[in-house]
Amino acid sequence: MTAGNYAIVAEGLRKRYGDRYALDGFDLRVRPGTVCGLLGPNGAGKTTSVRILSTLLRFDEGRAEVAGFDVARQADQVRYRIGLVGQNAAVDEVLSGYQNLVIFGRLFHLGAKRAQQRANELLERFGLADAGSKPVKAYSGGMRRRLDLAAGMILTPSVLFLDEPTTGLDPRSRNEVWESVRELVRSGTTVLLTTQYLDEADQLADQISVIDTGKVIAEGTPDELKAQLGGDRIDLVVHNAADLASAAAQLRQVAGTEPEVDPDRRFLSAQVGHRAAALTEVLRGLDAAGVTVEDVALRRPTLDEVFLHLTGRRPQTAEEAEAAEKEKKAKKGKGRKGKGDESKSGSPRSENVEEVPA
Amino acid sequence: MTSATLPGAASPDVVHGRPSLLGDSVTLTQRSLAHWRRNPGPLIASLGFNIVMVLMFAYLFGGALQVPGGGSYREFLMPGMFAMTMVFGISLTTLAVSADMDRGVTDRLRSMPVSPLAPLIGRAVADMFFAVVTLAVMLLAGLAVGWRAHGGVGDTLAAFGLILLLRFALVWVGIFLGLVMKGQEAVAGVQTLEFPLGFLSNAFVSPATMPGWLGAIAEWNPLSATVGAIRELFGNPGWGGESWVVQNYPMMAVIWPIVLVAIFLPLSLSKYRSLSS
Ligand SMILES: Nc1ncnc2c1ncn2[C@@H]1O[C@H](COP(=O)(O)OP(=O)(O)OP(=O)(O)O)[C@@H](O)[C@H]1O
Ligand SMILES: [Mg+2]
Repeated sequence: MTAGNYAIVAEGLRKRYGDRYALDGFDLRVRPGTVCGLLGPNGAGKTTSVRILSTLLRFDEGRAEVAGFDVARQADQVRYRIGLVGQNAAVDEVLSGYQNLVIFGRLFHLGAKRAQQRANELLERFGLADAGSKPVKAYSGGMRRRLDLAAGMILTPSVLFLDEPTTGLDPRSRNEVWESVRELVRSGTTVLLTTQYLDEADQLADQISVIDTGKVIAEGTPDELKAQLGGDRIDLVVHNAADLASAAAQLRQVAGTEPEVDPDRRFLSAQVGHRAAALTEVLRGLDAAGVTVEDVALRRPTLDEVFLHLTGRRPQTAEEAEAAEKEKKAKKGKGRKGKGDESKSGSPRSENVEEVPA
Repeated sequence: MTSATLPGAASPDVVHGRPSLLGDSVTLTQRSLAHWRRNPGPLIASLGFNIVMVLMFAYLFGGALQVPGGGSYREFLMPGMFAMTMVFGISLTTLAVSADMDRGVTDRLRSMPVSPLAPLIGRAVADMFFAVVTLAVMLLAGLAVGWRAHGGVGDTLAAFGLILLLRFALVWVGIFLGLVMKGQEAVAGVQTLEFPLGFLSNAFVSPATMPGWLGAIAEWNPLSATVGAIRELFGNPGWGGESWVVQNYPMMAVIWPIVLVAIFLPLSLSKYRSLSS
């Protein structure tokens, strides 16, 4: 144990498929009790790193420690201390939620009695007590996800891995999952979460690592990452589409860079140096040019822009990801059948919060 | 708060017992049995299919077949049917294994402190339970259409033992196929195996009437060894034959399954282990 101060350590991990590296010098350090968001475009290596750290995948080079144990040499020690929630809910569809949790509890060697007790505790905690005896087939997407989380927490893991935990969920279920994650973190668990949703990383993560082509290309708190882009931005909406060109020229002159223009929304945006001075200058210039401004805002850059800046690609929005997901499902020819209404069994979120054991 | 409710997550001293291959295998066997209790449809369909096959062969095709040595057609038929149902059970095994792989359940198990052999043993044992049920139903169906065993109790029990031994070997073939193939691919793959294995045999047709090379393959088919051996043990009519393998069917009915297990059990285990590469 060389890095007792960290719950997760990865040093120079490389994983090769054929002649391509899925991970190519991946480094990561996560402090205990924090949430690390692993953010990256499709194919960046998010799943590969999660699978390696959760002992599912061997790697070619480097070193990794989870909960103080070497992932390669002490896999069983690691396995008692982690929870894994993969991209697709890994629960038995035919069995009930309760049966699933009891079986997983027994496979963690809790003993039959204790496994049953633990299953009931977790069902209660994740608002699934009423649905506990129903087959998982009848669960909605959000309920499955929560059952999956519960199964990942049977031993209250030191480290929980979540691979895109809310992909394909509606906003309500997404919120429920977020709340469960926050609750876990409050009880001391370290979370490594991969996501394509920037708001998810922004909401949950203490620390974000941006990963692209198998390595971490930037890391820091959400605010630090935003600050890396340097200055603030001015957003403008002009009244007449005809004024777009002259407004863009004004903005270019002040900002010194080419502004982004969205003609449909008559919207312009550019990064600026001195915020107040730049704002005054732009507005004065537009006034002189006779351009009517409908709206103006001075703001910090978004993570989207950070991402674009770092990777040269725009990340998917939640809607786009959902659309892509649906398309994938449609191609497979089987739509997910969930129970439309989950409000019956999902307890209000505030209740969950109060249930946190001290 | 009980001791293990929340063992402070920052300290990894979790409360749990020791890993045990036997215990994990029992748990995973129970999981499969619980599956069937919840969802008996496919099993009932499978049993129903077998009964329909027996009735069809017994009453529909009965007249068309010339029984060797002029014995009872149904007594000739049933040993072939017994062994055939064991072959067609492979798909149940394969589908169950590949469903766990597709749904990520296998990955979850692999991320837990569970012996890699336990999920495979759990599958095999559960499928053997079902094989016994299948065989019992077939036995009743056979008795109902007039089939009888004429050997002693020992011979009859030995015959059923050989049938189950064949099934046990095929379970490991099925597990391996489930591990290497995915979803729809697994369905197609296992069927392309079941049909030649089932019909390119001495179960219904005499290998002597097949073209030479095909007949040789049919005679060497593991299924043929079991069918030939149990026909003898039951005292039911069979094809007979001159070749070495036909003369040694009782021995081959033991050797073949052992060879298959010796190949496919280690292959399955190594495939399961190398899922991580
Ligand atoms: N089994 C495999 N065989 C070959 N290449 C693979 C395999 N698994 C992953 N890869 C490749 O490794 C790279 C990283 O994949 P990975 O699944 O880790 O990406 P990801 O960041 O999780 O992407 P996504 O957002 O699409 O889930 C990709 O280029 C992928 O094509
Ligand atoms: Mg992925």
